[in-house]
Amino acid sequence: MKNRIRLHALAAVATIGLASPLLAQAQNKVNLGVAIPAATHSFAAGLVYWAGEAKKELEKDPNIKVTIKTASGAPEQANQLQDLLTATKIDSLVILPFESAALTRPVAQAKAKGVYVTVVDRGLTDTAAQDAYVSGDNTAFGKVPAEYLAKALNGKGNIVALRGIPTTIDNERMDAFNAVMKNHPGIKVLDAKHGNWNRDDAFKVMQDYLTRFKQIDAVWAADDDMAFGVLRAIEQAKRKDIRIVFGGAGAKAMVKTLMDGSNPLIQANVSYSPKFLYDAIKMTALARAKGEKLPANTIVPSVLITKQNAKDFYFPNSPF
Amino acid sequence: MQPEHTDNTGKAPAARRALRLPAVGPLLGLALLCIVGTMLNGEFATVDNGLNVLTRTAFIGIIAVGMCFVIISGGIDLSVGSMAALIAGVTILLMNRIAPLGWPPVAVVMVGMAAAVLLGALFGLAHGLLITRGRIEPFIVTLGTLGIFRAYLTYFADGGALTLDNTLADVYGPVYYGSLLGVPIPVWVFIAVALGGALLLNRTAYGRYVQAIGSNEQVARYAAVDVDRTKVLTYALLGVCVGIATLLYVPRLGSASPTTGLLWELEAIAAVIVGGTALRGGAGSIGGTVVGAILLSVISNILNLTSIISVYLNAAVQGFVIIAVAFMQRRRP
Repeated sequence: MKNRIRLHALAAVATIGLASPLLAQAQNKVNLGVAIPAATHSFAAGLVYWAGEAKKELEKDPNIKVTIKTASGAPEQANQLQDLLTATKIDSLVILPFESAALTRPVAQAKAKGVYVTVVDRGLTDTAAQDAYVSGDNTAFGKVPAEYLAKALNGKGNIVALRGIPTTIDNERMDAFNAVMKNHPGIKVLDAKHGNWNRDDAFKVMQDYLTRFKQIDAVWAADDDMAFGVLRAIEQAKRKDIRIVFGGAGAKAMVKTLMDGSNPLIQANVSYSPKFLYDAIKMTALARAKGEKLPANTIVPSVLITKQNAKDFYFPNSPF
Repeated sequence: MQPEHTDNTGKAPAARRALRLPAVGPLLGLALLCIVGTMLNGEFATVDNGLNVLTRTAFIGIIAVGMCFVIISGGIDLSVGSMAALIAGVTILLMNRIAPLGWPPVAVVMVGMAAAVLLGALFGLAHGLLITRGRIEPFIVTLGTLGIFRAYLTYFADGGALTLDNTLADVYGPVYYGSLLGVPIPVWVFIAVALGGALLLNRTAYGRYVQAIGSNEQVARYAAVDVDRTKVLTYALLGVCVGIATLLYVPRLGSASPTTGLLWELEAIAAVIVGGTALRGGAGSIGGTVVGAILLSVISNILNLTSIISVYLNAAVQGFVIIAVAFMQRRRP
């Protein structure tokens, strides 16, 4: 349903656009606001880092101004939005809404005042409040590991899964995972419990899985933080039956493990990098500078990361 | 296994409530839960699972023992989860920093462990002084530090995770994963802290002062109890407990992140209350607190071992059991 436009092309356009001296000629001034969640966990810290990187690069151009606001809750974000409009007088906005429903009206108001709005990742409940939408690919986030595990296990074996915090994103991922597994009747998904994208919770859930199931071939940890807790629980139980632990999102420590091949249980990962925010900010600013529009929907693909391509996903300076 | 001294031997004004039920409610609840668990999954009753549950209870349990003192004295501490996270982060930073100085790893780890307890004591001391000398409500002081502690951890970790150096993690590992006579180290520490807490509460003048203050602060003051000093000590004691819990926690995952210790304060408070201690203070028991903490872990363990209830309802099941046990435990006038 969504108009899937691959990022590669867009990123290429964006990069050429930035580098090109031609840009300076036909350029409008851009006053861009960025509203994102505060760095309370590593993924959000990655978002803040990438927003800063985009600002650094864009502000080399004197005609572009970027203001970043981080909020630790939906009401705070709505207040910041007001400040951006009235005090900073932004003409463009890139927002990762803290909560979809709560931020829809404030964003709609901004758009009504003529601000160009790009929404990232968590969508709004009414898409009329936005000009463009950029997101990670949650379906692929569930589908890629499922396909990888099915193939690695030769279509036969027992898998346990760990889910994130109960949210629609989490459902989307789990549904995509299950949809693939339906085609592999030899594989049993023994259970899927919530590890809440958290190391401690994942550790406990995995400990209990290990108590409960005598034979587990692979774990879909669905997030690198959770994979970390899972690995510790397996290590502690000294279980040798588990062959693969599949995390997700490409946290730098896990990508490094992949690159070095330092843990035989870690063989692949799937990308879901907070870098999509960087892409969204740059795309928006550059399109605005040229007076152009972004496509309505841009999905940043989630792709399989293996030892071969891991170095393309390794960002040692990012906190994530 | 745990002491059941719940008698109020003091001549303190708490005598009014001296006639108290022992921790029957939580024990009964725990027994019922264990029966349910065994029926649902045979693996529940195995030694390994029991030790897993006890080991993971150790953190909250140790904190809850300290929290029990604070609550009995009529106070509260909302910051323990954030405090544990910050202590974990700072000790990891410290150990990583001094490791390259060429010290033997064992010494580095010892320094880290000592730092954890010391930091806990200092934070607790600061709470106590702000509450007594500063005359600020404990709820407000610790609500403030809840935010402060976690924000500093997030700052130190740059929003990501602070991870212990690998060689150090190997040396430190046995503190969590090792065992003595087949019982994991954290469980031994938990037992020691609980026994120490019970002795302190029921067999010392300090313990009696704590109960007296919680029961009626004015009367305690007239009875020449040094209320301020006792309160400061109580918060410092909880800080030490948090420090001990953290020094056991760090080797488990070898890392601290802004999600470390999230909501531990509520778990610790719940353990104390489920264990039969009155939230308004005055009376309570360490034995009940220990049972309360184990009970909370057992619920989530059972939910993980079965899949009959929608995963979305886990928190609801926990809530129902907490209320049910508190109901069994309610005090008759």
